[in-house]
Amino acid sequence: MTYLLAIGTGKGLFLATSQDRRNWEVSTPYFAVSGVYAVGIDTRRSTPRLLVSADSAHYGPSVYLSDDLGKNWDESHDTAPIAFPPDTDATFKRAWQFAFGPEEDVVYAGSEPWALWRSEDRGRTYELNRPLWDHPHRAEWNEGAGGPAIHTIVPHPTDPANMLIAMSTGGVYTTTDGGRNWTASNTGVKAEFFPGDRQYPEFGQCVHKVSRDSQVAERLFLQNHGGVYRSDDNGATWNDIAPGLPTDFGFSILAHPKRGNVAYNAPVAFSDNRFPVDGTLRVHRTEDGGANWTAHDVLDEPYYGIVLRDALSTDSAEQPGIYVGTRVGDVFVSTDDGDSYEKVVGHLPDVLCVRAAEV
Amino acid sequence: MAVSVLIPGALRVDAAGESKVSLDLPDGGVLRDVLDGLAANHPRIDRRLRDEKGGLRRYVNIYVDGEECRRAGGLDTPVMEGSEVQILPSVAGG
Repeated sequence: MTYLLAIGTGKGLFLATSQDRRNWEVSTPYFAVSGVYAVGIDTRRSTPRLLVSADSAHYGPSVYLSDDLGKNWDESHDTAPIAFPPDTDATFKRAWQFAFGPEEDVVYAGSEPWALWRSEDRGRTYELNRPLWDHPHRAEWNEGAGGPAIHTIVPHPTDPANMLIAMSTGGVYTTTDGGRNWTASNTGVKAEFFPGDRQYPEFGQCVHKVSRDSQVAERLFLQNHGGVYRSDDNGATWNDIAPGLPTDFGFSILAHPKRGNVAYNAPVAFSDNRFPVDGTLRVHRTEDGGANWTAHDVLDEPYYGIVLRDALSTDSAEQPGIYVGTRVGDVFVSTDDGDSYEKVVGHLPDVLCVRAAEV
Repeated sequence: MAVSVLIPGALRVDAAGESKVSLDLPDGGVLRDVLDGLAANHPRIDRRLRDEKGGLRRYVNIYVDGEECRRAGGLDTPVMEGSEVQILPSVAGG
């Protein structure tokens, strides 16, 4: 079995492969001097497909495909994979997320500026979701520090009409009719940057990441800009699960791919002090849906690189690897459910996203 | 009128490997017409140079007969018979 680890950084993509997840062969950078904010590894067909969002500092953004694990990259079609229609008066800056739902060959992409895109040819060409683009709330969404992006797409594992997306800022929106209608779904999620009597608005929250439980589809975990939550009703309501964590701030949250109620979180000290808590890189794990959390050191030395929203991921193997990438260019993996971690690679550019799979 | 376009190394993969592309355009054109002519045969290059609204990407410099187009008329910079249009990456990255 080969494990493929795709590492998107601020200056390109690195691909690492391993047979045992202890010894890794790491490539030189692909898409050099391009920000790689999103990577997808589509393993639904026998030939895995890699999808990469690369925005060149000089020559702009695009989406690239590879069906041979990175040997060749395809962007050969004559029209841009993702381009805003003229009437939108918008220009594509980058994709922040690729997601694969239950429909074969359907790929979703979330972009900056805020938009959701659907591909029916496995990520080669995309069509803008108009109802979300035309949503009446759009004028009141605000650009977060990272940019006005839909950075999270959480398809339902069996119902293609059912999907959750999240953005900064704007919060969570859900659809149950295949994207024809979108409903703000932030009940219980705090917006700490609003005045006291407005801290629980219908929308406007700065949600950082959402991950779906592997066993109960209606259960979701959410890392907010101030707040960690669980929903047991597919996002309709959210309940605080932060008390067992050292802080409620962070960017990443990840549900275990095989075990229900198990999730991972990499706390950040707080909004005005964006470093790992106590200057130590730790990933916290809950095994009871967030009631209790245990801290696990990733590295036993002072550390000041945080884990960004898509830099906590899994390969979904039978004994899954839990991967942790940091802003100071290190990537770690755990193969014991997060009890301990080993370094995969260090000294890369800042890690924006990691994705892994058995290929 | 005949106009030549010099392609930087990083974009030659999108121009069939050519470092120089010759275009035959109607008289009285501007830089935008040159890029449109280039796009007709090499659409991927156009995506590298202009966004979907037609705006020139910030860190791409295009010189028309030695003058950076932003210091002239931008995409409305006139071109003439024999003009040489040179595409160069600007200063970006870190």
